[in-house]
Amino acid sequence: MTVKVNGKTLQVPKTMPDWQGKPQPTTMLQAARFAGVDIPHYCYHDKLPVAGNCRMCLVEFGTPMMGPDRKPVLNEDGSPKIAKSVLPYEPGTSRGAIACASPISPGMEIYADSPATKQMREAVLESLLINHPLDCPICDQAGECKLQEYSVQHGQAGSKFVEAKVHKPKEVDLGPRIVLDDERCVLCTRCIRFTKDIAGDDALGIVNRGSYNTIAAWQEGKFDNNYTLNTVDLCPVGALTSKDFRFKMRVWFLKETKSVCTSCGTGCSITIGSREGVIHRYEPRENDAVNGPWMCDEGRLNYKWVGRADRLKDVLVRGQKSDWSTATREISAKLASAPAGSVAIIASARQTTEELFLLKKLATKLGALTDSIAREGEGDKLLVNADKNPNSNGARLTGIAFTEFGFNLPKIADGIANGTIRTLVVFGEDVTKHGLGADLLAKLDALIVCDILPNATTALATHLLPGAAHAEKRGTFVNVKGRLQKFMKAVEAPGDARAEWEFLHELVFNVTGQNGFVSIEGLFNQMAKEVPAFAGLEWAKVGDTGVNVPI
Amino acid sequence: MSTKVVDRSPLTFYESTYLPALLGGLKVTTRHAWNTLVKGKTVTMEYPEQKWVVPEGYRGAPYLVKDQEGATKCVSCQLCEFVCPPKAIRITPPGPNGQKADRTNAEKMPQEFEINMLRCIFCGLCQEVCPEEAIFLQKDYSLTGESRAEMIYNKEKLLKLGGTHAGIQKWKHKLEEAKEQEVFPVATE
Repeated sequence: MTVKVNGKTLQVPKTMPDWQGKPQPTTMLQAARFAGVDIPHYCYHDKLPVAGNCRMCLVEFGTPMMGPDRKPVLNEDGSPKIAKSVLPYEPGTSRGAIACASPISPGMEIYADSPATKQMREAVLESLLINHPLDCPICDQAGECKLQEYSVQHGQAGSKFVEAKVHKPKEVDLGPRIVLDDERCVLCTRCIRFTKDIAGDDALGIVNRGSYNTIAAWQEGKFDNNYTLNTVDLCPVGALTSKDFRFKMRVWFLKETKSVCTSCGTGCSITIGSREGVIHRYEPRENDAVNGPWMCDEGRLNYKWVGRADRLKDVLVRGQKSDWSTATREISAKLASAPAGSVAIIASARQTTEELFLLKKLATKLGALTDSIAREGEGDKLLVNADKNPNSNGARLTGIAFTEFGFNLPKIADGIANGTIRTLVVFGEDVTKHGLGADLLAKLDALIVCDILPNATTALATHLLPGAAHAEKRGTFVNVKGRLQKFMKAVEAPGDARAEWEFLHELVFNVTGQNGFVSIEGLFNQMAKEVPAFAGLEWAKVGDTGVNVPI
Repeated sequence: MSTKVVDRSPLTFYESTYLPALLGGLKVTTRHAWNTLVKGKTVTMEYPEQKWVVPEGYRGAPYLVKDQEGATKCVSCQLCEFVCPPKAIRITPPGPNGQKADRTNAEKMPQEFEINMLRCIFCGLCQEVCPEEAIFLQKDYSLTGESRAEMIYNKEKLLKLGGTHAGIQKWKHKLEEAKEQEVFPVATE
């Protein structure tokens, strides 16, 4: 269908997917996007039902004029004559249409920059700001607030409003993770639509009338489903804010790093907000192949362990503080001289695919039994998966574990008990909870453990290596559906802690003699050549949203 | 450009003795000696016992001010920290469980506010950017300390040095406006 946006003629499809992906007539807002024109909006959201209540997307438009014979009226130069939409009782004034809910028609002209459109936007913003408290200095949304942005882009400096502002409740406890400031709310109902239509928990609504309209939970403090924090992202203003992030840091200080959530097998794409080595928040990053624009509250708030004070920071050899070169040399010598079959490796499906690949190389050379540990929990219909490991498929594809995790664990336990296994390498798991008790571990010559936080196994280690959290290194995860995603480094690891792949590749070189790559890019590309499922992949070609791999 | 030739007439006999120049100089010296020693009009100061009072608008050290009720005006918006060119300002926000603001009806105040006076370049951008009229460049120009740590002024010190600035109390005004409302939706308890 041919339409004209700001004088530019373009072809747009007749239908476009709506929030559920069903084809619906293309709207003026969507058509404008084809022309690279962004029409300002508050209530409209790609992944929510259209409400059309904020009026911010009002635009002036015109349609081809039709004669009495139902044929288009032509100008003198032969082009179709356009009738601008005007008020029926006031033909001199244009009548705008909300671009988010108005379908286009053939030959339509959209004037997204015209003086009339500008005037409409100014008027809408002025109305929205009538009762707005303008408390940006204490508002957590400041810096990423659509009301601020549009006021600068499309608003005006002054207001004709001189009366006292209506005051509404502030600091309302909407739920365990959400604070509501009713004065800041523009009543766009994005939060209501999200919780009803996406999260499936009809917990929010609007109460009271006129200027006293307020958002309310069905019962005070009962907006408590596992997806409530998405409404904080959705809220175009500072009405809904996160209790966890409240007054913690101004958003313009946050460095944004593309990463992946590690709380379950779904592996939602996230953005880590950090400042000077401290993680302040996780936010979902739009990825239609995995999580859409959403993520669960549990995963979002599961970042505090990265900055815990009791993180493992020192390389310990038999309880004594050591350094990386000494420990690597000692471990390499031990593994290189180990008879075949005397070493077992228990890896974690919380490690990156590259690290698991290196461990598998080590295991192949040493003829070692390998396994990983399953982590089952509860899933839901939306995003949360029952598999709580972020990289179970990575462990399977690299050959560290079988389809069923824990298959080799009893064999390893037997091996230690009868003395054939003398060295155990454990990465990121507390094996004392999985059938390898302290009495068994005491029989080993060497227990080489790499972990992030202290546990019963790290306490027994002869060689303890401090590892890095996913936010402190680069790598890839393969989620439950076989989506391979890469993640970037946001913060530095504490103390002597080091990314596992960095010393693993040294270890692999010392033990197997095969030279590895010193960069994550090279390592990934090498892995892609050797692991059939990753054939043809390259680090640089894996985009921000990842690629599908066969599982 | 035209060249102007300066007339350099030869010195007279009287002038060539240098006496008029000497006498002229002696006259100036005598006038100053008379003014300072006899009349007591000094032109220098016995710094640091005596200190110069700087004129209005002088950009001295930035300090935090309190309002007329003795409450902290700063709400920890961190705009000064952001704008500060030498990164001399460091604010610790209160966080979700921090101390409540001591100002009527304001929700937020800084947990800690530090200015490194060794870094500060007295540019005044912090004062200009402050939406709360909470920080002002005042008249102190000679800051000394015995260590670097001593030159990092904390919130307590800055508030003590800053004194009071009686401006509009916008947060209190909001509360009064809300209380006058027919329906008062803010929980009063």
